[in-house]
Amino acid sequence: MISLIEKEVVDRRKWIDRREFLDMLAVAQSLPGILAVNISVAVGDKLRGLKGSICSALGTIILPFLIILAIAIFLTPDLIKNNPIISSIFKGIRPAVTALIIAPVFTTARSAGITWKTIWIPIVTAAVIWSKIPFVSNPIFFIIAGGLFGYIYYTRKAVNTTH
Amino acid sequence: MNIYLNLIWSYFKIGLFGFGGGYAMLSLIEREIVESGWITERMFTDIVAISQMTPGPIGINSATYIGYVVPGESGLTEWYWGILGSIICTLVVVLPSFLLVAYASHYISRHRESNAIKGIFAGLRPVVIGLIAAAALLLMNGENFGTETIDIIKSVSLCIGAFILVYWVKLHPIIVILIAGFAGWFLWSVI
Repeated sequence: MISLIEKEVVDRRKWIDRREFLDMLAVAQSLPGILAVNISVAVGDKLRGLKGSICSALGTIILPFLIILAIAIFLTPDLIKNNPIISSIFKGIRPAVTALIIAPVFTTARSAGITWKTIWIPIVTAAVIWSKIPFVSNPIFFIIAGGLFGYIYYTRKAVNTTH
Repeated sequence: MNIYLNLIWSYFKIGLFGFGGGYAMLSLIEREIVESGWITERMFTDIVAISQMTPGPIGINSATYIGYVVPGESGLTEWYWGILGSIICTLVVVLPSFLLVAYASHYISRHRESNAIKGIFAGLRPVVIGLIAAAALLLMNGENFGTETIDIIKSVSLCIGAFILVYWVKLHPIIVILIAGFAGWFLWSVI
């Protein structure tokens, strides 16, 4: 989806040059939220301010929204449960979906440069969230803790090396 | 009507803390939507499957589908309540993007090389991997893998097979889901 946006915005319409687009993409990737929406909002904002960003965001979400809405209207939870053929198809799909989420754990761990020294962080995070212990098993808690820990660690390391 | 306020609050949090892409976002959706008891684990998994098979970001797709289903699950069964929910969830999940692009992106691009920004993202990276792993672990339950021995054996074999196909054979996720759906039909309907 990102390469489609790049083609349209940089190559076809020539709204933004490639270097600036890649800079925007780098920032959009580091922000939370949906990447395709973040980059659309950034491009719209760059070209026409708030109005531009609202239009580009709506443009990005309208088609997936309509497709999923159509599916949601016809493929109801009752139909999935009560139609024997659809039910058996989904019984096969559910374990496969789990596998589709296990795979990015390994690919992301590799690209993020996780080592034997840091591997405890994802393990503890996953185990505690999985355990569903009240309050601490909240993903938001780990996101804040991770960001804060990294901030303190890096800024203190910088202070120590300058002195 | 309370259900809509709760959905807005939940999806605002999902949009605001959804670091690391769609898969990491799933653990937040689990926490906010499934653990609130609005939808079952099984329904959540089905929504993820449907999101995988359609174009568009998983964050948008799941917001639209969950927004449509949840009002019906809490008694608002008329069709327009579902459409209202899907519009609200989809808009709310993208709302933080506007705030962040407007206020945070200039700061981040100017201070990208600072230790503070570098540190925050270095600290987030391993956590994001944990979030994806948590989402996967939470899906491995009786609702998705069955409770009888024969169902569990079939499901675990399908899960391992799908992992091999997507991770080593590098098939596209949509193809893997189609194969799994066919295998499910064969294993549970035919034999």
